Amino acid sequence: MSGSATLERVEKLRQSKILREVQDKDTVAMFEDPLENDMILNMGPQHPATHGVLRVLLRLDGETVVKCIPELGYLHRGFEKIAENSTYHEFIPHTDRLDYISPLSNNVAICMAIEKAAGISVPERAVWIRMLVCELARISSHLLAMGATSMDVGAMTVFLWTFTEREKQYDLFERICGARFTTSYARIGGVANDIADDVMRDIRVWLNQLPERMSEVERLVNRNRIFVDRMAGTGYIPAEKAIALGLTGSTLRGSGVARDLRRDEPYMFYDQVEFDVITRNDGDCYSRYIVRNLEIWESMKICHQCLDKLEAMPRTPVLSDTQPQSVVSRKAEIYTKMEDLINDFMIINFGTMPPKGETYTAIESPKGELGFFIVSDGTGQPWKLKIRSPSSSNLQALKYMAEGSMVSDVVAIIGSIDPVMGEADK
Amino acid sequence: MSLTNLIVILVQAGILVNMMLMAAAYMVLAERKIAAWIQNRVGPNRVGPWGLFQSFADVFKLYIKEDIVPAAADYKFHALAPVIAIGVAVTTYAIIPFSGPLIELDGVKYGLAMAPNMNIGILAVLAMTSVGVYGVALAGWSSNNKYSLMGGLRSAAQMISYELSMGLAIIGVVLIAGSLNLIDIIQAQTDGMWFIFLQPVGFILFLITALAETNRAPFDLPEAEPELVGGYHTEYSGMKFGLLYLAEYANILASSAIMATLFLGGWDIIPFLDDSTVLGLAPFSLPLVILGHMAFLGKAFALVFVFIWIRWSLPRFRYDQLMNLGWKVLLPISLVNIIVTGLVILFLQ
Repeated sequence: MSGSATLERVEKLRQSKILREVQDKDTVAMFEDPLENDMILNMGPQHPATHGVLRVLLRLDGETVVKCIPELGYLHRGFEKIAENSTYHEFIPHTDRLDYISPLSNNVAICMAIEKAAGISVPERAVWIRMLVCELARISSHLLAMGATSMDVGAMTVFLWTFTEREKQYDLFERICGARFTTSYARIGGVANDIADDVMRDIRVWLNQLPERMSEVERLVNRNRIFVDRMAGTGYIPAEKAIALGLTGSTLRGSGVARDLRRDEPYMFYDQVEFDVITRNDGDCYSRYIVRNLEIWESMKICHQCLDKLEAMPRTPVLSDTQPQSVVSRKAEIYTKMEDLINDFMIINFGTMPPKGETYTAIESPKGELGFFIVSDGTGQPWKLKIRSPSSSNLQALKYMAEGSMVSDVVAIIGSIDPVMGEADK
Repeated sequence: MSLTNLIVILVQAGILVNMMLMAAAYMVLAERKIAAWIQNRVGPNRVGPWGLFQSFADVFKLYIKEDIVPAAADYKFHALAPVIAIGVAVTTYAIIPFSGPLIELDGVKYGLAMAPNMNIGILAVLAMTSVGVYGVALAGWSSNNKYSLMGGLRSAAQMISYELSMGLAIIGVVLIAGSLNLIDIIQAQTDGMWFIFLQPVGFILFLITALAETNRAPFDLPEAEPELVGGYHTEYSGMKFGLLYLAEYANILASSAIMATLFLGGWDIIPFLDDSTVLGLAPFSLPLVILGHMAFLGKAFALVFVFIWIRWSLPRFRYDQLMNLGWKVLLPISLVNIIVTGLVILFLQ
């Protein structure tokens, strides 16, 4: 069968599957008398509120959602397959494109996964830097989530205000690693480069002005009657259901489950910093929004502690130089030393080679538990790399949250789940 | 009707229509500028100094755009809807008394108002705004698009619900002034207090319902962008879209002007005091009338600013919350307002 014919068959199969799900015994005769039946509204994949290319099929009775069928996969780029055909080092830039709202924490996650698989140790200073950028990425992601949720319920101004802060953050990211958006900052065995003193000072300056900006946003919407009415009580999901569906991150903590990998399974130095795990028990859109809002404040605390540590610490190398078989050497040494040149050649061409085996490493990314399951066959390329993306797991809850609510709520619910389709579709 | 009369009316109509269209175009610019200030942005600043010609550029762009009609749309109604919308918006301007008598020809005094002495005055305004819903509802229905349909339906339900509270909010003013005629209502305020001080509840009710009538945030459900893409005007392009858009702003100005007339004393310049004695000008002298006209426009545009300010500060209601607010909150309050006003008037007599 030719390629296009296969595609057509798959497409037909998919459509009939969706149609079967929309219909049930009441709507078999759906197309015979339009007035007697519910309306089918196809929301997306191109729709202003679907955060990318999420397609949601809604069966509506008036404005009430009778059935909600989210359909994922419009941004599928086959990252897991790409990983099998590239070395571990080559895969790092691809993780920028997973959750493109917080690429820094994805970089850190994949590097930690590779390091665990290959047994590579990371210099202490690099770990602190990684924690700092992870928390900066969390602030960036949550700012966007707050802004986007507010925009979905009509408060456009909040979106612009939070974006202003994210814009300042992007400028900082550029000075940290040279790129604003697709950072690729972490490396196997450390990070690409140290953060300069003036950049560290500017991060501190930015962190010090953020509380004021945050409280402006909070004053504008958090206790606004219309906002609370729109968010509170909609998109309810009980804790048991949330756990059963495998929700993680702020979406889960909004249902009152205090699960945070940073505290429960500490990685990096999260056991050495002070922060609270924010939970809200209502399980609705508003509690998820508030959880994100307060987590920004917690992340600010962690950032300050990381900066304190980094400033007090001597400037030791941020890329491991004791494991030349696994870690790419620094450029200056590659150009001047024979061994480093050979190692560089080997790593770039054949990759870091973890021993045979399976490892699973997860971090608490802004969206939830971002995990990488690596099956290594001893070569420089993973035999299989499974990405456990929080967005796709969290999106499973959309169906349960949306059914019974109104069209306007669907938008708020999608916003409160805060999916990034790049990550959900991989 | 004498020839002079006819010519004057034509001139007045020309001035008013042009004024309205210019004002609507510049309100778009004002909206963008004010939104930019609220959101820490710069706003349009490329076309002309300070972006002042942006509106002309926008309208010109809309003129030269292709007019796309969806194949499945009902062409006649699709074309009719913007006409109704803008037509109704323009007609409302005929009733609003923008200024006192400016010139005298053949013993008849004319001001910048087409039919200021219409004895049903305010009722005609209400009737016009009621017709306005057809524009939006037809636009939504004829586009043959589900989002547009929902926008149109929402708008119809919303406008009908809020029309009621709007009408009842006015009754307090009518009771005090003892007339439906807009000129009489202004006269009742020029010597004494503006009705905003006598009818504060009525003013707030009217402001809220006017927001809902003009489909402005937080009541902009018919065009709720994140939910309904563009709502009733999703399928419109080119100048038809432009007309719907201008009609929205024309309605805002009309509502603001009516609020200025009913509650802020119309062309009265200084509240509580007699303008002519304070300023030392003879009553109905030309300078005083022109100053009054400026005051009227000032009040109207201040209210327009309030409209814009609210839009960029508040989130949007949900459909059921909107209905609850209209029927369960605003309607009872407006009824109580009428009863209290009526009782006070009764006891004072």
